[in-house]
Amino acid sequence: MIKIENLHASIGDKEILKGLNLEVKAGEVHAIMGPNGAGKSTLASVLAGREDYEVTEGSVTFNGIDLLELAPEDRAREGLFLAFQYPVEIPGVSNVNFLRTALNEIREYRGQESISAKDFMALVREKSQLVELDAKLASRSVNEGFSGGEKKRNEIFQMAMLEPKLAVLDETDSGLDIDALRIVANGVNTLKNPENATIVITHYQRLLDYIVPDYVHVMYQGRIVKSGPKELALELEEKGYDWIKAELSV
Amino acid sequence: MNQTVQVSKLHTFSEQLKPTNIALSEELVKTAGDQLSEMDFPTTRVEDWKYTRVTKISNLELSEKNGKATRLATDSLVKQDVPTIVFENGFVNHTLSTVQLPHGVFMKAFSDCTAEELNQVGTLHSSSDQVFSLLNVKYLQDGILMTIEDNVQLEEPIQFIQLITENNVPAFTRLFISVGKNSKAEFIHLFLGANTSDAFTNHVSEIKVGPNANFTFQKLQNENGTNFHISREVVLQKSDSTFTINTMILDGAFVRNDLNIAVDGSNCTTNLNGAYVLKNNQHVDNHTVVDHKKPHCESNELYKGVMDEKSTAVFNGKVFVRQDAQKINAFQSNGNVLLSDDATINSKPELEIYADDVKCSHGSTTGQLDDEAVFYLQARGISKESAKNLLVSAFVGEVLEKIEDEDVANYSAKILNQRFGWEY
Repeated sequence: MIKIENLHASIGDKEILKGLNLEVKAGEVHAIMGPNGAGKSTLASVLAGREDYEVTEGSVTFNGIDLLELAPEDRAREGLFLAFQYPVEIPGVSNVNFLRTALNEIREYRGQESISAKDFMALVREKSQLVELDAKLASRSVNEGFSGGEKKRNEIFQMAMLEPKLAVLDETDSGLDIDALRIVANGVNTLKNPENATIVITHYQRLLDYIVPDYVHVMYQGRIVKSGPKELALELEEKGYDWIKAELSV
Repeated sequence: MNQTVQVSKLHTFSEQLKPTNIALSEELVKTAGDQLSEMDFPTTRVEDWKYTRVTKISNLELSEKNGKATRLATDSLVKQDVPTIVFENGFVNHTLSTVQLPHGVFMKAFSDCTAEELNQVGTLHSSSDQVFSLLNVKYLQDGILMTIEDNVQLEEPIQFIQLITENNVPAFTRLFISVGKNSKAEFIHLFLGANTSDAFTNHVSEIKVGPNANFTFQKLQNENGTNFHISREVVLQKSDSTFTINTMILDGAFVRNDLNIAVDGSNCTTNLNGAYVLKNNQHVDNHTVVDHKKPHCESNELYKGVMDEKSTAVFNGKVFVRQDAQKINAFQSNGNVLLSDDATINSKPELEIYADDVKCSHGSTTGQLDDEAVFYLQARGISKESAKNLLVSAFVGEVLEKIEDEDVANYSAKILNQRFGWEY
């Protein structure tokens, strides 16, 4: 699905990713954990194509395509989805209008016909139920006046609408109470199938009780320094990150 | 000592124009002439014209030409099947005008009016230092006088279309509208072009809104080509009245609007909405004044603009609250988005408050499109271009949403879509 090799990226003259390697295959769920400042969100931003970051070295191959060569919209059209840590409020642009534009541009890119208004609304109804998002929210301006939980549910709603091949969830659990967390996780789990994959970026083990990863990676100082099965997350929760730092400095 | 007699540019400019043969009051025309003889075109040293140069207007070669248009494309109209008066190059086009007036409405071209019928023209304001308003009087080609009697509720609006179909024509026109007590009406003033160049529209509207009347004025400027346009609305509101003006600048190479509203009665509501969406080298200048003279009134002003390429916009909004005008709620907001490094906006909101028990606010914002929002939309598969369009549409959409008449809002959206490809 995606193969990241020796990825280096900077913002300004500060290098944040310092040779990151990661491979995710179809059907897998990978969790990336790590202390603040490890570069977790930078990785998400670089994959999605945020212009502020400059990739100085390395490669990212997404289903055989050089991802780094693509504009952000083309990455999305190829099937990459980023659930934002801080979803942006866009006054005046309705959720529905924006998603129909997105869906149709993606379909056009793939040589498919535009979705009819009727089919689109049926899809909205179906997918909004998945994350228990009030249908009224779907027709409101994008994220405007949404609570923290509603914003995150809206991210997963969009993911459900666009059906990506690879979803990167950037701190989707931050700011969620336990009920919202369960709803969001349930949405993600329902969307999971053998053809797609998920990268869950999180600070806490809590989310991984609901979205169970196949692999857990620890990121520190711009690299993945340790990988293991899902039990690694529990170990991290118990011991914190210091033992990894200590292990590395040996 | 030698004395050099310098002939002013204004004098040279005026010589090519024909003095009016409309039956305006002699006093009005004479005073205008006297004042003009001592004036010249405003320079950018004059505060009101600081950002708008009129040199190109002063250099125009103009000569009157009657219109010959025999049809209007139906999609260029805001409304079908409503009373419609058409002016072409400053004169009435009888062929295109379809005037079956509703009961209680009196309307006549100035050229068909007696001096007595026109005796109120020019009384709503003193045009003392306004060169263009004085020129409008002295060289007036024609105008429309409309009186709506008391207690009349018009179900459909009246449409006034001003068309420019020739190069280098003047169109010095006027409107005088008087809305009677307890009456309700809507008026659409649409400016259209035929891709001409160097024509000069110089228009003045005087609007008197009677006690407890409700009047909506839709000003739609959609003059294509490379012409010059200066227009002014002078409005007088009596007590308990509501006046709404929506100014949509949809096209126009050079546009200067002066909107002057005197709220001379208590319990009035005044709404001013405006949008300007510009590209190329368009220059659009909106000056507005709301003068609250009496207590217990409310005014809401919202102007929004989007400037692309090398376009320039000016917004100057003044709100006066006079000493006797207590309990006034006056809100003014001007928002601008610049889409290019070469686009310019000069925005100046001004409040002058002499009363002590009022609630007033004004604000002006200028920015570029939110990069975060653009990226967010891109990350969902929307191209950068479409993302910008969505955001711009949403920005201007706030003004369109204020327009109650759906035909007017849809017409505006349609033109903006044609010119910019934006979906509203």
